[in-house]
Amino acid sequence: MAFSLPALPYSSNALAAQGMCQETLELHHDKHHNAYVVALNGLIESKKLGGKSLETIVAEAGKQGAEGLPVLNQAGQHWNHCLFWQVMSPKGGGDKLPGALAAKIDQDLGGLAQFKEAFKQAGVTQFGSGWAWLVVGTDGKLKVTKTPNGSNPLATGEGTPILGCDVWEHAYYLDFRNVRPNYLQNFLDKLVDWEAVNGLLSSGGMKSGQTA
Amino acid sequence: MDPATACLIWAYNDGRTDQAGFTMTLALHRRALLLGSAGLAAASLSAAPRKALAQNAPSGPFTLPPLPYAAAANEPHIDARTMEIHHDRHHAAYVNNLNTALKDHAQLAQQPLEQILAKLGEVPEAVRTAVRNNGGGHANHSMFWEVMGGRGGTPSGELAQAIDRDLGGMDKLKADFNAIGGRVFGSGWVFVTVDRSGKLALASRPNQDTPLMEGGRVLLGNDVWEHAYYLKYQNRRPDYLAAWWNVVNWDKVAQRHAAAKTGTLTI
Repeated sequence: MAFSLPALPYSSNALAAQGMCQETLELHHDKHHNAYVVALNGLIESKKLGGKSLETIVAEAGKQGAEGLPVLNQAGQHWNHCLFWQVMSPKGGGDKLPGALAAKIDQDLGGLAQFKEAFKQAGVTQFGSGWAWLVVGTDGKLKVTKTPNGSNPLATGEGTPILGCDVWEHAYYLDFRNVRPNYLQNFLDKLVDWEAVNGLLSSGGMKSGQTA
Repeated sequence: MDPATACLIWAYNDGRTDQAGFTMTLALHRRALLLGSAGLAAASLSAAPRKALAQNAPSGPFTLPPLPYAAAANEPHIDARTMEIHHDRHHAAYVNNLNTALKDHAQLAQQPLEQILAKLGEVPEAVRTAVRNNGGGHANHSMFWEVMGGRGGTPSGELAQAIDRDLGGMDKLKADFNAIGGRVFGSGWVFVTVDRSGKLALASRPNQDTPLMEGGRVLLGNDVWEHAYYLKYQNRRPDYLAAWWNVVNWDKVAQRHAAAKTGTLTI
């Protein structure tokens, strides 16, 4: 079985009024994400990935350091984008979080406002390309973190992501040009599907269902 | 609003500062960017450099060099809007952040940039990453503007001989350079390096790292951060890499080659 590009869970113009235009979503999903899937499938045989789940591949590649990078770059980006599409929604945004998630953020991160600042800071300070994350850490507590390029917290062992924001320039350059802080602010204020994030919190994170 | 319009017109004016310390008032007609000069006339971009962040950020010792040509000089291969944002925003941010990182390190700040970068290990740890990222960004972009603005073609004389000798000729140089640039995962640069004997080699570095950080010298380099090409080429980095050769200024590159051999090439 090969990896496949999941369909966007909304139309490519569905987020345009919330700051992510149709062209961005089409390029990001149909070109960038697809390229990672194609490249990853091209590695299955040579890297002996057959039969392994995407999550296993990411975690194993992460443990291999520089040697694992060729696989992690593509596998990590496939996983990261699968999550990214799920945590945004045309009905996203706002500050009314589902109860369990709101309580957890209050308890572990000092409230929504503090979480947003920390998340924004993580994204702004990820130099070059990468991702900002909200994860359930290995101690069970929520934590904000960031990773470069195609890596993610499954690869670093930091925990289970329940929210991720792509800070590669391709994620925001058509909409926000160089102003990454505004992209992150807009993502948090208008795009995040808090119901989906709450669901990932209660289910123990995203299972991609994808296997090599 | 129809979705295409939402995509085309994305305006923001919220008074926040970006990483360069500017307040931006920007209303850009998306499609205008892709339509060239006629469309550009319809677009409005006003950006007022403000002293907000600059109240704390020193204005030197490092300064943003002006583009040595008009922003449209590299059209149609590199669009004017990309050049403007790249120089006025991205490069400016590196300069500003470098000065900020060094503001309490006066002695260090007085050294030439290439010397600071060659001895990053001696930069205080608290600001080392900031100096690496922003000092590297300042050096890389300063070089980048200098080697562009030309009409492509082929070099002559000693530089041409060196390319034949060390890199297998112009065609092979372009093919290998573009392949290396295409393989940079994430943000980074692809370079031709030059040593004191004039010998050339190919290299790539992630993010804003540069061969200057190992005491080397850069003959020329191409920026493969997505901000260098996304407005015009989107995900098609190979097309950008191929087109870039059309704007290389070989006279400038030959001057850099000669300077490398006399030991006067800096960044």
